[in-house]
Amino acid sequence: MALRLRSSLSKSNFFNILRYNNLGFGTASQTTRHLRTHDPTTLLRVSQNPITRFCNTMAEKLSSVGEHEDANAQVMDFPGGKVAFTPEIKFISESSKERVPCYRVLDDNGQLITNSHFVQVSEEVAVKMYSDMVTLQIMDNIFYEAQRQGRLSFYATTIGEEAINIASAAALSPQDVIFPQYREPGVLLWRGFTLQEFANQCFGNKSDNGKGRQMPVHYGSNKLNYFTVSATIATQLPNAVGAAYSLKMDKKDACAVTYFGDGGSSEGDFHAALNFAAVMEAPVLFICRNNGWAISTPTSDQFRSDGLVVKGRAYGIRSIRVDGNDALAMYSAVHTAREMAITEERPILIEALTYRVGHHSTSDDSTRYRSADEIEWWNKARNPLSRLRTWIESNGWWSDEEESDLRSRIKKEMLEALRVAEKTEKPNLENMFSDVYDVPPLNLREQERQVRQTIKSYPQDYPSDVPL
Amino acid sequence: MSSIIHGAGAATALSTFNPVDSKKLTNLSVRSQRYIVAGSEASKKKSFGSALTVRHSQKLIPNAVATKEADTSTSTGHELLLFEALQEGLEEEMDRDANVCVMGEDVGHYGGSYKVTKGLADKFGDLRVLDTPICENAFTGMAIGAAMTGLRPVIEGMNMGFLLLAFNQISNNCGMLHYTSGGQFTIPVVIRGPGGVGRQLGAEHSQRLESYFQSIPGIQMVACSTPYNAKGLMKAAIRSENPVILFEHVLLYNLKEKIPDEDYICNLEEAEMVRPGEHITILTYSRMRYHVMQAAKTLVNKGYDPEVIDIRSLKPFDLHTIGNSVKKTHRVLIVEECMRTGGIGASLTAAINENFHDYLDAPVMCLSSQDVPTPYAGTLEEWTVVQPAQIVTAVEQLCQ
Repeated sequence: MALRLRSSLSKSNFFNILRYNNLGFGTASQTTRHLRTHDPTTLLRVSQNPITRFCNTMAEKLSSVGEHEDANAQVMDFPGGKVAFTPEIKFISESSKERVPCYRVLDDNGQLITNSHFVQVSEEVAVKMYSDMVTLQIMDNIFYEAQRQGRLSFYATTIGEEAINIASAAALSPQDVIFPQYREPGVLLWRGFTLQEFANQCFGNKSDNGKGRQMPVHYGSNKLNYFTVSATIATQLPNAVGAAYSLKMDKKDACAVTYFGDGGSSEGDFHAALNFAAVMEAPVLFICRNNGWAISTPTSDQFRSDGLVVKGRAYGIRSIRVDGNDALAMYSAVHTAREMAITEERPILIEALTYRVGHHSTSDDSTRYRSADEIEWWNKARNPLSRLRTWIESNGWWSDEEESDLRSRIKKEMLEALRVAEKTEKPNLENMFSDVYDVPPLNLREQERQVRQTIKSYPQDYPSDVPL
Repeated sequence: MSSIIHGAGAATALSTFNPVDSKKLTNLSVRSQRYIVAGSEASKKKSFGSALTVRHSQKLIPNAVATKEADTSTSTGHELLLFEALQEGLEEEMDRDANVCVMGEDVGHYGGSYKVTKGLADKFGDLRVLDTPICENAFTGMAIGAAMTGLRPVIEGMNMGFLLLAFNQISNNCGMLHYTSGGQFTIPVVIRGPGGVGRQLGAEHSQRLESYFQSIPGIQMVACSTPYNAKGLMKAAIRSENPVILFEHVLLYNLKEKIPDEDYICNLEEAEMVRPGEHITILTYSRMRYHVMQAAKTLVNKGYDPEVIDIRSLKPFDLHTIGNSVKKTHRVLIVEECMRTGGIGASLTAAINENFHDYLDAPVMCLSSQDVPTPYAGTLEEWTVVQPAQIVTAVEQLCQ
């Protein structure tokens, strides 16, 4: 039995227990006897621990590593559980011979792979997934162009990662709380954020949920359980663990889901959050969009492990590697992971392999550090939209006509949303000072007064589109 | 300036800071019981607006040290140590609201390294009093995420200095998310822990984090100094919708005082009048309050009448109380434990100069620790902290 040596146990208890589970100095038979029998006095001492734990989901037993039944095996109880000894000096290799295989259901041509396991999706869900992926693609293209034309100040596209966004969102329930990085607007789109609302945030007008305070693509919606994007990398991971913890305490049938990129996995917060999630047994899904690039840093310069999936085990977290451009595989993986997370109260790590087809953002020109051919190839040959389209068409759920209808409709809607958002008034000056606290304190009210005074003296220098 | 005591119905003393009230009154609508009591004691001291203060008064003022305020408020009450007061406040709030929880290292069955969370894990269970692995950024981030989904976590930093590791989460997420989300998400966390210079704890464990955190927009900072205000501030901080950082001091945990039995909170934005006076305003907080009061004894014997204010609210400053005091005494001395550069004293000096320049008869003087890491050697450590003798000299200098 693996004894958990807590600081609450008195020192004498500790030594008693050590004595009973002796350090393997006896004969083989003695040792095995110690392994198998429960010394009643030891047990008594442990259960006499006066501190009982309420509402406890602590793992009572840690699985013993390498429990040997060999006659000559000796075992020692270190804090944390039994460990077998070995006389061979053997290092665990830094990598396995083969990389962890990647789960996929649709092949490169959108054909269902034979004998594939996947969670069946209904026609409604499949068609919505595909339509939303198309919508996301069109929205990205139009916003990107708008930025290039000078109508928007900034934008970051999700091109190439539509399947991760939409399919994962489709597999979740609306009560699952999302902690995004910044390349997951598709999740919001799936949940019902309108094109107009996206445009409002990008233009920072008065209809924006965020009251025009953040830069474009930093969406947030309390109503849709999508937490406002914070630009700092990977800080949302510990936040997600906390939210998951909160959901667990409230016994809700929901989990927290957080997204991050391959670059985000280098941050300290990633490691801490995974460790915490495992220890707290928090129902959180860590979805990594391993898209090969962190601005200009390729994954070979980001980490030397076999991607992200092998890191889960280091923290005691169940993990899976998925083809991120395969919508069905993403859907199945997230769906299954969610069930596990909530019913078993554990975190799950999902590494979705994909490619960042677009530039990091409108401030980046990725052809400077990677070949245009590579980008083209991923865009054409490994396109997530075309794979799903082939599959739904093969089921008779989609047609060319519906495709062109959808595309022209969305394009029109998008341009209209842009036009309206551009024309809408900006939030007024008061919003620069509100919401810093629940109620503006004296110093902020004073500062607002000073700003307004300055504006009165120099009205020509004040932007004309920001109402007072 | 109109009377300070307004809107002070008995009920308001117990209520939380009501946003509706604040629009009608000044920022400081709720007065703690203690202040009202002190005011009445000082009624013989008379008008705050009076400019006719007599310097170098010949008569000795009998009350050299602030009266023990708690004695006059209720005849019953119970005596306890400061860390017990914090624990009592925390326990009461956890009883009152099931969403309040505690996160930190060794806060559970160990009871916290300064025993502030002692007994709470047994009473409320592991989920509400959570022992975390050692990663301040992670558990602070975790608490922020939990707060955004409805919990009210109290984060304990084992030592304030360790919260430097949580700076990213505190600044970028805790302080900002209410604003950047357009008010959609609130972060009602309390971040607390012991800080300040202790007894030979070494440089890394003697940090004054209030100076590093004071610029972060979106957070409030308060410092407790007595069991009464420790409990009151703890409760008010937990009830506040804003993120609040509560600074405790390592050397003050064993202070004993009698506090009222009934429920009370202390206003987060309010300073505490420790000793009303006429000649000079001494602004201080946390442990330095006691050094100042010790110096006050000496000063009184020398014939001075210092007004001692424990500013308590480090962000925002209670310029109302401070201003009234400056207008009365015309001289200000700030005594703090922060380093000279960029400390609370530096900001307070700037604020007073900007706002009350016309009322000052002398430049604002600030006594702070030197800009050095705290040495381990006990004698040297003592000399990095402002001592009563220095305070007396400074007052004499200012009052010339």
